[in-house]
Amino acid sequence: MSILVDHVTYLYETGTPLEHKALDEVCLEIKDGQFVGIIGHTGSGKSTLMQHLNGLLKAHSGHIYLDGEDIDAPGYPKKKLRSQVGLVFQYPEHQLFEVDVFTDVCFGPKNLGLPKEEVEERVRKALLQVGIPEEYWKQSPFEISGGQKRRVAIAGVLAMQPGVLILDEPTAGLDPKGRREILDQIKKLQTQTGMTVLLVSHSMEDVAEYVDRIVVMNRGKILLDGAPKEVFCHVEELEGVGLAAPQMTYVMRALRKRGFDVDEDAITVEEAAAGILRALS
Amino acid sequence: MGIIRALDVVYEYLKRDDDGNVTGSIRAVDGVSLDVAPGDFIAILGHNGSGKSTLAKHMNAILTPTEGCVWVDGKDTRSEEEVWDIRRSAGMVFQNPDNQIIGQVVEEDVGFGPENMGVPTKEIWERVEESLKAVGIYELRKASPNKLSGGQKQRVSIAGVLAMHPKCIVLDEPTAMLDPNGRKEVIRAVRALNDVEGITIILITHYMEEIVHADKVFVMDHGEIAMQGTPREIFSQVEKLKELRLDVPQVTLLAYELQQRGVALPDGILTIEELVEEIGRLKECQS
Amino acid sequence: MLRDITIGQYYQTDSVIHRLDPRVKLAGTLLFIVSLFFFQNIGGYLAAALFLALVIRLSKVPFRYIVRGMRAILFVLLITVTFNLFLTPGRTLVELFGGHVRITYEGLKMAFFIALRLAFLIVGSSIMTLTTTPNHLTDGLERALRPLKVFKAPVHEVAMMMSIALRFIPLLLEETDKIMKAQMARGADFESGNLIQRAKAMVPILVPLFICAFRRAADLAMAMEARCYRGGEGRTKMKPLVYGRADYLAYFLLAVYTVGSIFIGRL
Repeated sequence: MSILVDHVTYLYETGTPLEHKALDEVCLEIKDGQFVGIIGHTGSGKSTLMQHLNGLLKAHSGHIYLDGEDIDAPGYPKKKLRSQVGLVFQYPEHQLFEVDVFTDVCFGPKNLGLPKEEVEERVRKALLQVGIPEEYWKQSPFEISGGQKRRVAIAGVLAMQPGVLILDEPTAGLDPKGRREILDQIKKLQTQTGMTVLLVSHSMEDVAEYVDRIVVMNRGKILLDGAPKEVFCHVEELEGVGLAAPQMTYVMRALRKRGFDVDEDAITVEEAAAGILRALS
Repeated sequence: MGIIRALDVVYEYLKRDDDGNVTGSIRAVDGVSLDVAPGDFIAILGHNGSGKSTLAKHMNAILTPTEGCVWVDGKDTRSEEEVWDIRRSAGMVFQNPDNQIIGQVVEEDVGFGPENMGVPTKEIWERVEESLKAVGIYELRKASPNKLSGGQKQRVSIAGVLAMHPKCIVLDEPTAMLDPNGRKEVIRAVRALNDVEGITIILITHYMEEIVHADKVFVMDHGEIAMQGTPREIFSQVEKLKELRLDVPQVTLLAYELQQRGVALPDGILTIEELVEEIGRLKECQS
Repeated sequence: MLRDITIGQYYQTDSVIHRLDPRVKLAGTLLFIVSLFFFQNIGGYLAAALFLALVIRLSKVPFRYIVRGMRAILFVLLITVTFNLFLTPGRTLVELFGGHVRITYEGLKMAFFIALRLAFLIVGSSIMTLTTTPNHLTDGLERALRPLKVFKAPVHEVAMMMSIALRFIPLLLEETDKIMKAQMARGADFESGNLIQRAKAMVPILVPLFICAFRRAADLAMAMEARCYRGGEGRTKMKPLVYGRADYLAYFLLAVYTVGSIFIGRL
């Protein structure tokens, strides 16, 4: 599914002295099947923007189009919108509530009013897609590990079979291996299904290797937008808003400064190693 | 003798089924011994579920060992008369800042510990002021904790412990819920306390960048200490760390990859400067 | 939105009223409320309005902010006014629906005064919570209720519980908001259906909310113990309550107001 955000503005604490723009005339186009990282620190407006995409928040001005249709137009089916744009929030603890994993994942598709067989079929598929093997399905969602809770939460949204999947900080609080496993799983899911995926994060290094495109937000506006390599060329701008490029970018810059003939746009350790080897030989 | 000493510590908790019958026991900490010298900056690493948090809670007498012994400033944590002295010498900062701030105003929260200890009013104010200044949030003293950023909240928690004048501060994953800026703020504050005030720091984390400056690192796995040494010694064992579900800083990983492909670099490179320096030296040798 | 509720939320600024001893403010609120029930004519209400206006002015809390908090109880206010307007017997002013519903002169008067009394009551007590931090307030209560300790009443414990509850209300409201959104993103519907269906729809909110709240409580208890908390015994105060000259003056003005307004109100 494609998304078009057209001059969207959203105000917080309207009518008080604390009124401020959480989103300021944001324009953004996301093509079908893209894997996009949305980066910004706390309060940059990234989560606010995501909540507009499935209608949880309504823009004060501007429009949002999903596959060309205005989601705020009268008569646009709100319920369908929520299932079409699947939003997984940061803390799985905020959504898990059923007696076992399987029943919990059923909640979403059941709300869509699907017949029982189809609900269960979708749930089985979703749980396998996120890598939760069958032996966990009858366990309580409160007694599994943090990484598994996160997967079950993602499955809970995936089972509604959305065209767009938005993940808000899916790796927060996980250990390094857990972070990697979740991101690998999401990448795999994205390649297999061709779904449009938006990954919201404040960690550049986490998303850099995975996404096709990075959108950097700051103070309710889009600061940078492009392929990871393009975005990381703007090290000064990133640092100016309290973000950083991946460590490898800094290594390559430092080497260049010392007179090495290396490309500055290496992001992963692999690329950096290859570049350095070339320069040394 | 060290400020914190653990000898063959075992901590077991019982697993129960739905009816409350004991079905087995889990050893969260399994035979850990360590000795922390005053003024040290110690880091304890480990993946989620490795037992590092359970161990941390032994250093403040929140938990007491099932077997073995823990001494804080020479006092046995199992002794009930000394438990308040122990908690005064070893302060503790937890993961979620929202769940440890009691006061409705920053300064009132920082004063909570000294109030509990029965410190006279005038001295509480002095302690609150110096603690807030030490972590760099004195200007926020009248603010409501709910209005602060994650990094600021966590510094309030640290100031709250600092006001109790501890000899040692144990921080249990203080940065796990923060964004990169917040993490930097907190680590900077903690390092300053260690450098300037000479307070012993025990930092529990799974972020590798945070432990580069530690004096000594313990890596935990399955309730045991799997590795120990200086950051350089630890990070030179890239394969072993990966087995333990941990990462190494990307620079160290890059140096390791280059080594694997025949570039003659020393083990355990920790910073970008070191790496660039070493590569530069190689190039000079070549030419 | 839940976050918009401002009743009782401390408004941070520096004013004479903010600096008053919480015991003065507690006594003041109590006396003000009591005075409202003595009035029999408009004069008393005028005196109360003047007093309230003066206090609001001195407190530096914007009037708009106070009014915004009132919105939440507008519904209760309307119901009370309606009941009094239509159900008070007396001289008929207007007849509606062929005499089935009557508005009486007494009803109109009663509804007017009840509305005033309720509005004053709420504004009056919200001034207290707007200008006093919950901790300060519980300190005041703890001190004021200290004599009850003789009867082994757990005054300190209750005060501590209150102050913790107040500290966590905004956090839990925010958490509820997040949970609702997370479940709405899974197609949950809280707005349609009959009463039973709606009650059932609350389960996916309440379960995570309770689990999170218990988790918080356990964490907090541990953090308090780690900071040497062991009840009220042997505790000192960072901000002990000491009456200053402004407090005595405030007590004096309160006495003048109470006697004066009741005198005017019953002329």
